[in-house]
Order: sequence, then structure tokens, then C-alpha cells
Amino acid sequence: MIKVILTICYILLAPLIGGLLDGLDRKISARMQRRVGPPLLQPFYDVSKLLRKKPTAVANSQNFLLISYMVLMILTGAFFFAGTDLLMCFFVMSTAATFLYFAGVVTSSPYASIGAQRELLAMMVYEPAVLFSCVGFYLATGSFNVSEIAMSNKSAIIYLPGFFVAFVFILTIKMRKSPFDLATSHHPNQEIVKGITTDIGTRNLAIFTITEWYENVFLMAVVGLFIANKNLISIIGAVIVILLVYFLEILIDNTSARVKWQTMLKTTWIVTILFAGVNLIILMIVK
Amino acid sequence: MAVIPFLIIFPLVISLIMYCTRVNKVRNLIAYISSVVIMASVLVLVVLWCKKGMEPITLYYETEVVDKVILLAEFLLMIIVTYLSFKYKRAWVSLLSICPTLLIAYYELFGPERQQFAGHIYIDHLSILMCIIVGLIGGLIVIYAVGYMHGYHHSPHHSNVEDRRYYFFSLLFIFLGAMFGFVLSENLLWIDFFWEMTSICSFLLIGYTREPEAIKNSFRALWMNLLGGCALAIAIVYFGTKLGCVDLHMLVSTAILGSKPASLAVSLIAIAALTKAAQLPFSTWLIGAMVAPTPSSALLHSATMVKAGIYILLRLAPAMSETQTGTMIALVGGFTFLLTSFMAIAQSDGKKVLAFSTISNLGLMVACAGVGTPETVWAAIFLMMFHAISKSLLFQDVGATENALGSRDVEDMHGLLYMLPKLAIFMFIGIAGMFLAPFGMLISKWAALKASVDERNIILVFFIIFGSATTSFYWTKWMGKIISHSHLNGRQIKDKTKKNEMISLTIHAVLMIALCALFPLLSEVFVNPLVNQMFGSSQNVLSDKILFTLIIIILVVFAVPFLAYQSGKHQTQELKLSYMNGVNTGDNRAFTDSFGEDKTLWLSNFYFHKIIGSRKLMFPSQILTLAVIIVMMCMIIGGALL
Repeated sequence: MIKVILTICYILLAPLIGGLLDGLDRKISARMQRRVGPPLLQPFYDVSKLLRKKPTAVANSQNFLLISYMVLMILTGAFFFAGTDLLMCFFVMSTAATFLYFAGVVTSSPYASIGAQRELLAMMVYEPAVLFSCVGFYLATGSFNVSEIAMSNKSAIIYLPGFFVAFVFILTIKMRKSPFDLATSHHPNQEIVKGITTDIGTRNLAIFTITEWYENVFLMAVVGLFIANKNLISIIGAVIVILLVYFLEILIDNTSARVKWQTMLKTTWIVTILFAGVNLIILMIVK
Repeated sequence: MAVIPFLIIFPLVISLIMYCTRVNKVRNLIAYISSVVIMASVLVLVVLWCKKGMEPITLYYETEVVDKVILLAEFLLMIIVTYLSFKYKRAWVSLLSICPTLLIAYYELFGPERQQFAGHIYIDHLSILMCIIVGLIGGLIVIYAVGYMHGYHHSPHHSNVEDRRYYFFSLLFIFLGAMFGFVLSENLLWIDFFWEMTSICSFLLIGYTREPEAIKNSFRALWMNLLGGCALAIAIVYFGTKLGCVDLHMLVSTAILGSKPASLAVSLIAIAALTKAAQLPFSTWLIGAMVAPTPSSALLHSATMVKAGIYILLRLAPAMSETQTGTMIALVGGFTFLLTSFMAIAQSDGKKVLAFSTISNLGLMVACAGVGTPETVWAAIFLMMFHAISKSLLFQDVGATENALGSRDVEDMHGLLYMLPKLAIFMFIGIAGMFLAPFGMLISKWAALKASVDERNIILVFFIIFGSATTSFYWTKWMGKIISHSHLNGRQIKDKTKKNEMISLTIHAVLMIALCALFPLLSEVFVNPLVNQMFGSSQNVLSDKILFTLIIIILVVFAVPFLAYQSGKHQTQELKLSYMNGVNTGDNRAFTDSFGEDKTLWLSNFYFHKIIGSRKLMFPSQILTLAVIIVMMCMIIGGALL
């Protein structure tokens, strides 16, 4: 029963939380740059304006590809909160991301295509860390099921500090934040304009933004899964850690310049192997 | 069960008829009929076997005459190889055929008395599955080949190739017959004979065009496979002399009990299987095999040849579990999976991508067999099924596309969906089957990952995790190419695909989707009993709950894009030009360059061939795997002899 409620809550509330987090992000970023920044609810104003605009697109097929992207991403989170298999969640997420890639390349637009190529590359770069984390959870708690992981006796992070580092590291890529915002160039008017989203406009851009919110909430929930255990107080700890991680992402975003894909690939895989990989080896020997 | 000798002998007879029939129309008709007959007789075999309660059946205890015939045929093969290797001035290759043949012949005629524990033919779930793959996919490939070879010899690109279709088709049928014999045999001497037969068939198929490159590559395939054949022959004779019997199941069960000669034989046969399955360091022969016409690539890559290696490894899997042999095989397989998927990223030739991905996927299956637990074997079986169908589909599709497009380069397939819609959709289904959720390949990968974690096989976990990331990369970028809007202005392309090619492609695509939908059922009815029989115990790798949720995903992944597409079709929306810094020239295909002239836009994928190209990676990885094999074999042989 709780699972059903959680799933429905995710489907209904995730855009709200994601949007608020986005607003918070903009506000904090502005303060870091000594600006006043937009109001907290600005992301919602933006999206509602996009939805009210006359629909335009470069190719008709963009619509259905982006809708598929959104539905599959919602499904990912829904599976997660329904307590099913963690690996399956991430596999569905990668299918969703594939649809985003398609939406990027289908137009044959130069900036969107280069952005999409980089997005695909980013997928390859972060996937090992994601899969490692799933394996880590399995070794630490004996199950791939989210519900059982969340209900374990001890927080998984006790066994998985290395996995946590690797996962937070790839979050920067997954959330498309600088220095790894190669695919979308988080700040506009740069080398590849807005990358994969260059030719996504009006309602499609709104869909993209809402999907990003869903995605962020899902990713933050995975971060929380590292902390959660059967003690309910751990939820508070998880929320605090989530907020800290989110702040860290904003900080990294504001203090670093975009890197080349080669650097992204090398550093991420080195971090993945050094932290998640070594942690995995230790865990396999101990458990 | 007269259908079994029929399955083996019928294709051989047909191949003789093919060779003698020089009228194309008549031959094509015979080819159609006999491939349907083969499929039908596989069906009969399956039905008969089901009627008998799906229990293992052994047949043919007394086969003295057939044994002699097979020995004679083996000499015939040896003579063919020797003649051809002298003809093409590669005499040393003949040694690899002469030595094992003489060894086997000596053992058979003058060796110690052999005890006969079981029949010469053995039918169980695994051999039935292999028969279905060989019969169904192989038969469809023959049907496809009729249309393809017609187009092949009528295209200006191949005008210098002599039309020897009678020879080609006769080889295809011999190949099918040899494969049936291989997967149904229980007697190792028979297995060895059919093994050599497939090696030589593939050699002749690769050299079909008789161009210098084809001859070079065919000899590479020949010597690598014959080398494997040597290992197999040594293993059989060694095991036979020490234990006095040559039954495959006896070999496996004595090896499980810890008999040293049996374990050594198992590791030698496993090495032989590595050559067949084109694992590193023996991968280059399969890539060289690309020079042959497409149907033979499809046959080598999906239904026959390489699957023979996987089949024998699966048979040996229980004996490899937790042994040094198993470790070696899992290591080589996992390494091949990762490295060749890197190399696949760097390829832009469609057929080469397929070739590298075949080797890569086979690597995963080999690794699963090497770990040798019920879970990994379960995963390997499913990988094999999905791989057979989607690879065959993809090869045939790329072949048909090449006939129409004049190129098989992935870059030239930009906007294929708008040029050759049918072929593009088939290609899409095939690629999706190779890696995307909820298609089976991914599920099998998932099971393999879980099983290797359970086994605490750290290295394999690393290989699977990184390999699965790289695999998605090269497939997705190919898919993206197909659906991108064309940047070639108004290029009209005529779909030259023949009706029979289309039939084969359609059946493959339907099979692919059906396999996805029936996946949970198949696991319950067929694969679990198979694993159970092999290990005496089995458990579901993925729980019913997961399989159930998978069905939801299948529905969503198919339904959502479809519904969204249908509902969005009638919506009016303004179409705008793509963003090009305001230098568009009126459509999305060109822009104004800095000299003020129109320049056509050309978009290309990432390949990184300078970093991870096969030229760069192949040699070091061959050396590395060779070193692993040599070191491990030294340990195994040392352990067995001491």
C-alpha cells in the first residue's frame, strides 16, 4: 500500500519538487555570482509560458520522441518508488535517454546533433558507475530490490562509501552541470549554443524541462537510498544528505569550466574504477 | 526417429544436387523446397521429442559401417585441404589437417578397445534448441540467399566475380548438414568430423570470390579453425586412450568427478571452442570473413559456425565450473566482450560493426559458459537465441541495403528511414533487439551480471559493466543515423530488395518481437528445464515479479511512442528551420560559409578510430589473451600430468 502511495506521490509531486530544486539552484547560483537572481518559482513561470506558446518544431517527430522520453523517465521513477529492481530502473532510464538522443539527432541540425553525440558519449561515461552502484547495493543488502534496500538494518553507505563518491561524481554528468555540461552547455551562447536542446522549443522544451525535473528527483532519491534504512529517522538524514549533495552540485557548477569529452571520460572512469571498483573488490572479499 | 539421419543426410544430398544443377531457376526452386523441408523436419523432430516427454534420448548404438564412412570422409576433407593449400602456396596449413586426421585415424583403427556407454546420437533440450536455430535461421538464410545472390551477380560491383552459385548453394547446404550432425552427435569422433567439416565449409565460403583478399582471409579462417581442430583431436585421443571411451557426456561427468585426463581434455576442447567462437586472440578470422557475400556472413555469424563453439562450451559448462579452465575461459570471454565492443565503436562499415559486435556478444556467452553455474548458463542460452535472430536479421538487412544504396557504411545510412523505410525499420528492430530494454539481449546481460556478482567473479563484473556501456554507445549512434532527416538533397533510391529477401526479413523481425513477448514463457517451459537437466538443479535467475514488470515495460516501450505518434500526427505545428547562427540557406541541408557561398551540411558520428580503432587495439589484446591462455594452459597441463 505504501508503495502505491509513494509511486503516485512521485508521479504527481516530482515535477513540483524538481521545479523547486531548479528554482533553488538558480537562486543560489545567482547569489554565488553576486546577483539577486530570479524568484524561487521562476522555473514554473518559464514552463507555463512555454506551454502557452504556439507549438513550433524543426521536425514533427520531435514531439513523440520527447513524449516517449518523458513517459519512460516517469516510469523509471515510478518503478523506483514502487520498490522494484534497481537495475531495471536504470535500464529503463537508459532507454529513456536513448529517446532523448533520437530527439536530438532526428532534426539533422548541426548543434543539436553534436550535442546529442556528446550526450550519448556521456551516457557511456556514467553508465559503469551507475551499474557499479547497483551491484554495490546488492552486495551490501543482498537484494536489488529498492524496497528491501531501503528497509535494511544498516544504511548502505557504511559498506558503500566508494560507490557513493563515484555516484555523486557522475551526478554532475547526469544533471548536465558544468564542468560536464558538454551536451547541453548549461549556460547559453557558447560553442554549441544549447547543444541537444538547441532545436527543441516551445511545448517540446517544456516537456524536456519537466522530464529533467522528474529525472533529478529520481537521482536524488537514489542518493537518499544510500542513507535510508529501516529506522524512519534515517529519512531525515537522507534528506539532509540529498540537500548537501544538491548544494555541492551547484557549487561545482559555478566554480568550474567545461572540459573536453576526453577529460570527462578519463576522469570519470578513473574515479569509477578507483572508488567504486576498489570498494567493490573489498566488499566482495569481506561479504 | 528416422528424422535425425534425414536431417543430417538430406542437406548433403541436396548440396550434391545443387552442385550438379546449373540452371538457375531449377536450382532456386530446389533450394526453396529443400529449405522448407529442412524446417519442416526440424519441426517433426521437435514434435516427436515433445511427444516422448522432452526426455533426453540416445540413439544408434551399433554404427560400425557409419564409423568407417565417416573416417573415409575425414580423409577426403584432409585431401581437399592439402590440395588447396598446395595450390595456393600455403603448404604448411595442410599439416594442421593431416596431423589430427592421422591421429584420429590411428586411434580409431589401432587404438585401445573403446567402451560404448551411450549411443552416437543424443537429443536433449540443448540439441533441440540448436537444431531449431540451425534449421530455422539457416533455412531462412538460404531463402534470402536465392534473391541476394541473383542481385549480387547482376550488380556492376561484382562483375569480376565468376558466377558459381551452384557451388555457393551446395556449400550452404553442406554447412547446414554438418551443423545438424555436430549438435546431435554424442560420440566425440563424430563431433570431430563434423567440426572439421564446418571449418572447411566456412573456408570455402569465405574464399568464394577467389579474389586475393578473399583467399588470404579464407586461409586465415582455415588455419585458425584447424588449429582448434588439432586441440580437439588431441583432447579426444588423450581422453579416449586414458579412459577408454569417447562419449561427450562421459567426458563431462568424469571431469566433474575430478578425473585429471578428463579435465585436461575439457580444457583442450574449450580452447578449440574459442577458435570457433572467434574469441581473442582468434578473432581476426571472423572479421576477415566479411569479404564473402552477405548470406555466408549471416550464416557464419548467426546460425552456424560461431554457435558451434558456444554449443560445445555450454555442453562443457558444468565441468568448467570453479576450475582453472573455467577461469581461463571466463577471463578470455569477458576480455573479448569489452575490447571488441571498443573496437566496434571505431567502425563505420556496417558489416564490420556487426562483426565486432558478434565477437563481443559471443565473448559474453563464452564468459557465461566459463563461469558454468546454472544462472550463467541460463543467461548464455538466452543470449544465444536473441543473438542468432537479431544478427541474422541485421546481416541480411545490411546486405539488402547495400544492394540498394551501393554502400554499407553507417554514415551513408543517414536518413535511411526516409530512403528505404522498410529496410530501415527492420534494421531498427534488429538493433533494438541487440541492446535496448526490454529486448532480451539486455535481460540476458542483466542475468549475466547478477550471476557473476553471485559468483564473486570480480573481473567478469568489471568486464560486463564497462562492456555494456560501450555496447549501447555504438548501437545507439547507428540507430540515430537511421532516423536522422536526410541531408542529401532529393536523392531517390530504389529499393531493390527481392520478395524472397523480404519474406526472410519479415519472418526474422516477427520472430524477434515474438521472442521478446514470449520471453517469460520460454524461460519457464524450455530454458529452465534445460538448465535443470544440465545441473540437476535450477532456479529462476530473474524472479517472476521481474518478468512480470518486464511485460509492463514492453507494453510501455512499444505503446507510448506509437500512441504519441498517432495522437501527434494531426496536430498542427509550425515547422521552423534548425538553428545555424542565421546563415541558413532556406532548408536544413546547407548554410552560407565565410566566403558567402552555399555549403552542404554533412553530419558525422563519433568514431575515435585513432584511439580505439582495431588497428590500435587488436594486436595488444591478442598478445594479452594469448599470454593468458598459454600461462593458464601450462598450469592446467602441469596440474593434470603431475
